Amino acid sequence: MTDSASGPGDSRSGGSRSGGADSSASEELAWVGVLGEPVRLRLYRYVAARGVPVGRAEAAEAAGIQRTLAAFHLDRLAEAGLLDVVYRRTSGRAGPGAGRPAKLYLRSPEEHSLSLPPRAYDAAAEVFAEAIEAAGAEPELHAAARAHGEREGRAARHRLTSAAATQDAEGAAAMLCAALAERGYEPYTDQETGTLRLRNCPFHRIARDFPPLTCGMNHELLAGFVAGAGARGVSVRMDPRPGECCVAIATAATSGTRSKNNND
Amino acid sequence: MSDATGDARRHHLAQFNVGRLRGPVDSPELRGFAELLEPVNALADAAPGFVWRLRDEETGDATTFRPYEDPDVALNLSVWESVDALRDFVYRSGSHLDAMRRRREWFHPMRETYLVLWWVPAGHLPGLPEAMERLELLRAIGPGPDAFTFRDPYPAPDAEPAPDADRATNAVPTTNTMPTTT
Repeated sequence: MTDSASGPGDSRSGGSRSGGADSSASEELAWVGVLGEPVRLRLYRYVAARGVPVGRAEAAEAAGIQRTLAAFHLDRLAEAGLLDVVYRRTSGRAGPGAGRPAKLYLRSPEEHSLSLPPRAYDAAAEVFAEAIEAAGAEPELHAAARAHGEREGRAARHRLTSAAATQDAEGAAAMLCAALAERGYEPYTDQETGTLRLRNCPFHRIARDFPPLTCGMNHELLAGFVAGAGARGVSVRMDPRPGECCVAIATAATSGTRSKNNND
Repeated sequence: MSDATGDARRHHLAQFNVGRLRGPVDSPELRGFAELLEPVNALADAAPGFVWRLRDEETGDATTFRPYEDPDVALNLSVWESVDALRDFVYRSGSHLDAMRRRREWFHPMRETYLVLWWVPAGHLPGLPEAMERLELLRAIGPGPDAFTFRDPYPAPDAEPAPDADRATNAVPTTNTMPTTT
């Protein structure tokens, strides 16, 4: 096996402790080596993008490799704390005769970051947030976020419009999705409501400590972004869901107003 | 910190927060706020883990309570089954989070701590003097088992539910390992 990482799973199998003050520096960075294997990285990205627990067979097929090899790599990812493991019966039956529960994988909520040289933007963000709250500068924060989002949205439109085949509502929605994905929001369409949801909160930790401040900023960033991107018939609203971004986006292509844009 | 959610059967979480309004509730500046009062309060009443909130019989909300010297300081006082139940309502329900996002339209910024949490025996409904005292305690000595915040929650005193015990020490029950603030 081409395991170049220094045994990340030797001491703690599946342990995903945050902080890890007691673990050595090399152990903390073991996940970097684990992701260095291209097949593993592909598997990790696939599981992360699915948003629901994934079985070995499905992951193997997606990565174009054999099931046993996929199982090996998925377990390495789990040992490194990058994936979590759940056991679930997939047959729909319960009790004796239902078979063994399947081993499923999903992305660990534990955060991993690596910055060389060391940087502490989180600490800076916390101080900024405390100062903004103390000063009551939320209106200025919102205005800055709106303007920032608009700039980014305009830039994204110039860069991505050629990639989108058309300028209609669906093309605009596709462009919007691509641009949001670039920013780490992990967009997906909620089939039930037809809205664009964001599976990942790029500001998770600061949002947890300063929810109204951070979610308010994010709301304005995204409102500015869709405006700057020129996405018509799009509305941004607060709609928090556990483990996801607090903002939902209703797009023209998914909100049932498609017919209006047929002649665009 | 998962046990900070407390024991829903023996202790409930009391919540008290204050805010200095930019004007009277019926003024044009506060129209957006006034419009949200009823639906957001109804959302709270129906929220999982909601127990009780202080309300004026006539208005159905708490905006008429002004116990502080500054008559613009309004308040909320409520009881919930756990920290998580309260957090889910405050920060994870769309309507309330959206209202909090806009709070600066209606409230002046406060230099002092404006929200306090503490545990009460299930069935006990705290009064305003008790709530104001807890906020004072938090402002004076920081988060502790008798007065804390969302960011520094303390577990419910499951082992020793002693509502009449001398609170002066602000000490932690011996069965848990949270640091004291005294």
